[in-house]
Amino acid sequence: MRSFLFPEFQVIRDEVKCNQCRGCERQCSFGTHIFDEAKERMISDDMKCAACQRCAIFCPRGAITIRPTPSPYRPNLGWSRERIEDIKKAAETGGVILTGSGSDKGFPIYWDHIVLNASQVTNPSIDPLREPMELRTFLGAKPDFLDLKYDGSEVKIETEISPNIVIETPIMFSAMSYGAISYEAFSSLARASKEFGTFFNTGEGGMPKDLREDYGGNAIVQVASGRYGVDAEYLNCAAAVEIKVGQGAKPGIGGHLTAPKVTPTVASTRMIPAGTDAISPAPHHDIYSIEDLSMLIYALKEATNYEKPVSVKIAAVHNFAAIAVGIVRAGADIVAIDGIRGGTGAAPKVIRDNVGIPVELAISAVDRRLRDEGIRNRCSLVAAGGIRCSSDVIKAIALGADACYIGTAALIAMGCTLCQKCYTGNCNWGICTGDPKLSGRLNPDITTQRLSNLIKAWSMEIKEMLGGMGINALESLRGNRDHLRGVGLNEWELDVLGIKGAGE
Amino acid sequence: MKIVEVDASGLSHKGLNDKLRDHMLAGVDKIVIKNVYGQRYIGTRLYSPGSDKKLEIEVFGTPGSDLAAFMTGHYIRVHGNVQDGIGNTMDEGSVVVEGRGGDVVGMSMRGGRIFIRDNVGYRAALHMKEYMDKKPVLVIGGTSQDFLGEYMAGGIVILLGLGDKPLKANFIGTGMHGGVIYLRGCVDRAQVAKEVDISGLENGDAELLDKCVGEFVKEFPELKISKEEILKGEFSKLMPLSKRPYGKMYAY
Repeated sequence: MRSFLFPEFQVIRDEVKCNQCRGCERQCSFGTHIFDEAKERMISDDMKCAACQRCAIFCPRGAITIRPTPSPYRPNLGWSRERIEDIKKAAETGGVILTGSGSDKGFPIYWDHIVLNASQVTNPSIDPLREPMELRTFLGAKPDFLDLKYDGSEVKIETEISPNIVIETPIMFSAMSYGAISYEAFSSLARASKEFGTFFNTGEGGMPKDLREDYGGNAIVQVASGRYGVDAEYLNCAAAVEIKVGQGAKPGIGGHLTAPKVTPTVASTRMIPAGTDAISPAPHHDIYSIEDLSMLIYALKEATNYEKPVSVKIAAVHNFAAIAVGIVRAGADIVAIDGIRGGTGAAPKVIRDNVGIPVELAISAVDRRLRDEGIRNRCSLVAAGGIRCSSDVIKAIALGADACYIGTAALIAMGCTLCQKCYTGNCNWGICTGDPKLSGRLNPDITTQRLSNLIKAWSMEIKEMLGGMGINALESLRGNRDHLRGVGLNEWELDVLGIKGAGE
Repeated sequence: MKIVEVDASGLSHKGLNDKLRDHMLAGVDKIVIKNVYGQRYIGTRLYSPGSDKKLEIEVFGTPGSDLAAFMTGHYIRVHGNVQDGIGNTMDEGSVVVEGRGGDVVGMSMRGGRIFIRDNVGYRAALHMKEYMDKKPVLVIGGTSQDFLGEYMAGGIVILLGLGDKPLKANFIGTGMHGGVIYLRGCVDRAQVAKEVDISGLENGDAELLDKCVGEFVKEFPELKISKEEILKGEFSKLMPLSKRPYGKMYAY
């Protein structure tokens, strides 16, 4: 069938600069650049270009520019180019349109409508360059009270304390599975976590055996509906266990890691035969209720001898505050909430762009609900899905989060340009691929450095902002909405966020 | 052989499993648990890194859900019925049930064997999987409810239909993309998902059934039926038509 689609991007080659070195041809896994043997010059197939910019950055002569093509259609505010082309794609294939990364749709980004406070005259700001600033965060259940005994020489805590994990900065790496991302990318996340004193999340694809000893202590291992690579050793090698119920990019649906991505090493980590689809069912079939969730939480606590906190990750959807309360009462030590802008390696576009709510509203509402019920101490809250910068992190904390997960930001640090072609497995940046020729482009030493630099930079920025507010410990900002004001928000939005409008 | 008896009366699941773990660490070989009354996760907290010692556990009473969940290599015999989620994500070992099993028996099971003497509930062997020589085996003496082998990705399920109840389950093998189900007695095409192929026994199947059914009857002498007598019955073999049932669902 002849395709009626237009190319989304245009490859512009500066013929004067180009010396036909064929570097772009080697860089592009989508086959955009072709060498015309007869004419002895490079030509391009714009239809194949994903605008990942790999060729443009690696062209030694800077001869390539990739640009979005202007819409070829008659301007129409109702029928945008995207709507027209999606219909054509569906008509030509009969398939569900897949995409990758987080939603690119224009849902309000509340971070950009919230401003932070700073100290002026009536209280001093603090200079983080000269005074200690505390970003250290403990994740896990905190006791309702502390029973202390003093026997004349030392103080003893009599209360049984739930296991907590310690992070040196409130930023962790979000769940990205080995299989969805390459070994090089996965191990870089592990190494950067260890270097900085934070955690990475294995996602649901298991954990390669050779990483367990060195990086297990910095891993949050995930148990999702597919239960890939889950056994007692996997659960016990980690610092914490996370039950994945939902993901912000695709709430309510499961996932298919397609057979071509199930390479022999991915297969051995997931413990399924190579070359089969790894299908994660939409629900956990042992969880049809809060009571069932509790059963799995305690099954995992049993399997790890009550030594590790258990997290439950849900997508932010309607009524999630009540759901989150149920999750805490079911025994979860950490609740991770993933908003509508959360990323993914592959999701149906219609789900990614239409299901869920922004995490800013979610985190604030759930924090308040837990406080209202008097059980906020029983869990830590982790905000995820569209955390783009250090100010997003600090605003999330002031809205009630204990820490944030970053996924997309970490990928960008590794080289990702959000071309959204993750689901093809052809990532030219070596991140979202199982092809050793492509993943070999990532140097784990350099990638680790890039990731740990990012966390270092953000942490420093967080300290600067904290100091400016006259606060020297992140703990004092947690849920402290007085330090936030809304700009350009409706009253209901201010209400849900629990903040005042600017000027008040 | 060091054998201890544990009285589960009045114990919470944590209390009971604390005791089992203590006994395991103390080097006990066999634990007999009396008066079990719904306590969950028996066998789950018996993972001990660096030790490949396998315990034998006898359970009198009715254990709660998630018996042998995530279990690594022990042998559990239950003198009675069991609840839901038996062998959830079980890794290795054996569970033998002298009675019936609830729903989602052997869910996501990855290795070892489960023998249920009587019937099982819904969604047995759900998403069971295998890798290389790690092949879980589930043998059910009686019959099952709907969605047997749903999403099954590997492993072996054998349903013997020994009671007088015929198999009335529907949606057998929905989403199945690996593994094999053997059904003794007849099954109607309409009971089986469209992505599953029904055939007779082929090369190697007889030997496999001989071995598994042999082990099964040895565990349940009270059935008073021989392996040969069971194997005389007619078997259907259910296999997925494709390893990628949803491979053509997407537009790229």
